[in-house]
Amino acid sequence: MDMFLNIFVAAVLAGTPLLFGTVGEIINEKVGHLNLGVEGMMSIGACAGFMAGYVTDNFIIAIIASFVAAALASLIYAVLTVTFMANQNVTGLTLTIFGIGLSNFIGIYMLGKSETGTLKLPENITAQMRDIHIPMLSDIPIIGKMFFSYNPFVYMGIIIAIAMGFYLYKTRLGLNLRAIGENPAAADAAGIKVTKLKYINLIIGGGICGIGGAYCSMIINGGVWISNNVGGLGWIAVALVIFASWKPVNAIWGSFIFGALRVLKYYIPKTVFPFPNAFYDMLPFLITAIVLVITSIKQSKENNIPESCGINYFREER
Amino acid sequence: MTNQAVQKSKEPFARIVKKSEMSGKNVAILRIMAFLLAIVAGGVFILCIGENPFAVYGAIISGAFRSVMAFQGTVKIMIPLLITSLGVTLAFKMKFWNIGAEGQIIMGAIFASYFALFHDTLNHTLLIFAMFIAGIIGGGLWGLIPAFFKSKFDTNETLFTLMLNYIALHIVSYLRDGPWMDPGSQGYSKIATFSKNAMLDRVMGVHIGWIIAIILTVFVFIYIKYTKQGYEISVVGESHETARYAGMNVKLITLRTMFLSGAICGIAGMVQATGSDKTLTTAVAGGVGFTAIIVAWLAQLNPVMIFIISFLFSVLEKGSSVLQSSYGLSTDCADVLQGIILFFVLGCELFVRYKFVFRKKGGA
Repeated sequence: MDMFLNIFVAAVLAGTPLLFGTVGEIINEKVGHLNLGVEGMMSIGACAGFMAGYVTDNFIIAIIASFVAAALASLIYAVLTVTFMANQNVTGLTLTIFGIGLSNFIGIYMLGKSETGTLKLPENITAQMRDIHIPMLSDIPIIGKMFFSYNPFVYMGIIIAIAMGFYLYKTRLGLNLRAIGENPAAADAAGIKVTKLKYINLIIGGGICGIGGAYCSMIINGGVWISNNVGGLGWIAVALVIFASWKPVNAIWGSFIFGALRVLKYYIPKTVFPFPNAFYDMLPFLITAIVLVITSIKQSKENNIPESCGINYFREER
Repeated sequence: MTNQAVQKSKEPFARIVKKSEMSGKNVAILRIMAFLLAIVAGGVFILCIGENPFAVYGAIISGAFRSVMAFQGTVKIMIPLLITSLGVTLAFKMKFWNIGAEGQIIMGAIFASYFALFHDTLNHTLLIFAMFIAGIIGGGLWGLIPAFFKSKFDTNETLFTLMLNYIALHIVSYLRDGPWMDPGSQGYSKIATFSKNAMLDRVMGVHIGWIIAIILTVFVFIYIKYTKQGYEISVVGESHETARYAGMNVKLITLRTMFLSGAICGIAGMVQATGSDKTLTTAVAGGVGFTAIIVAWLAQLNPVMIFIISFLFSVLEKGSSVLQSSYGLSTDCADVLQGIILFFVLGCELFVRYKFVFRKKGGA
């Protein structure tokens, strides 16, 4: 039981950055843009969040900075793919390479400026990021540790995922944006402002990815800056979108399962399951590949990639 | 009257319309302009961090060319990039979004490493040949898997090839930690360095990968431009329906092209492992598979341009490695500049086929 509890908590913590990335990417894909720049946007968010936190020593400002910086990166993508109709795959990959490069570049630049030779978040902000202790609830045995013992990012992620699920599936605006993702021409003919909605949602999605990046730089390494701190989580998020069948609420448990896969190798003794570590690392991608094939065999419209995803929309095309 | 006024206010400020195709010369000028603008934007970025852009650009160029050693280093970076770019070009011509070059490089390297590690007593020429074929088969098979699912079930190939990258990567880390672990490494998990017999020969100070790369450039150029199969690829890329109507076997063409695309990437992996790294590591692809996609796209899938652009990118990469020592700037500068260049070139592509039409002042 104790071990299960530990795995559960570790899985939630490992899954949280994935949750942000996945929800952000779902918004992007639902509006018809397969944005392969998640890793890049997360890296930029990681850098902006950390640096803002380092300089201002304020958690709220750090979160806002990570959101805004990643949203700006997403704006580059939006301008290029929506207005300039550039190829989405190539633009996304470029955003990834650019984002990781820029994040590491600024990180090393700031390291050069610091007197100690390391970058560590100051006291105040570290205190603000500590696990939230909710009176009464956190004190319940087991349940308290399982559900009410996390840092603010975890709750923020779950709230954002639920809010975005509501936005996508329960509001008119969400309906409009799903319509764009399936068939932009039809949506346009129905009077939906395709370009405007594409911009807005790409930017929101990018910003959410950025907060996930901030988690990577500020929490995972105990508040010390290291290069490549997102370390491929963005790509796992792209995989998770498929696993969650493009639904933000599914992303919550999906990201915790993938989080569990990331930490399981530290908990399961080799004497019980003699799987090599590499197997656990591979599992998220293997499962996603299988899910991808199954959904394509089943041809279900409901749980499949949005119809127009990856294809740019040119209004005057006949 | 009022009706007209309403209509006029509804006309957007600017809209995009198609125009007649630009002449080749104008397109070239447009792209060069975009490239120069990107260099200027990169300069502004360097200025923002308080360095002199001319000095930094100068340092990059001299870093790539200052000595024979440096230049050889540049070529070494260029070899896998060039080969992989050629590989993805074939798939992209068919509008098959092969994002899996990274994985195909790795599989090529794994297959080749099998011979390098366990059959290194073979005759040298025979061994190199065996590794070459193994690289082709490894990369080719890894390209064939997504092609099979795409043609059979219409599985999204962008996402599927992406997943295969990481599956391949973790196969290497499995081999490294398990069956292929170097017993002489005292617990530190790595794969043994290949024996001399299994390393690529050197010509003019650089492993023969550069000769393979040049041969492949010519091969892909001829294949795309002058062969029936190359023609079929572009027809399938334009429209599956047209291809089917013309009696082409779309499924077969997809499978064949993806095998070839993966195989060429596999060669890059074999060359990198046996020529450059001299062992198999998880960093054998090291992002080349992604950069190659950018190179291929920048070059408009033209093998000659791919050669030029992969050279430019290698200069940028190699030259940036000296920025650390002389300016305290990180080598990631190369990635930032590559990104900026591509953003500009991607942006300018619009003007080749489209133009902006602004709302006319006053009545039309």
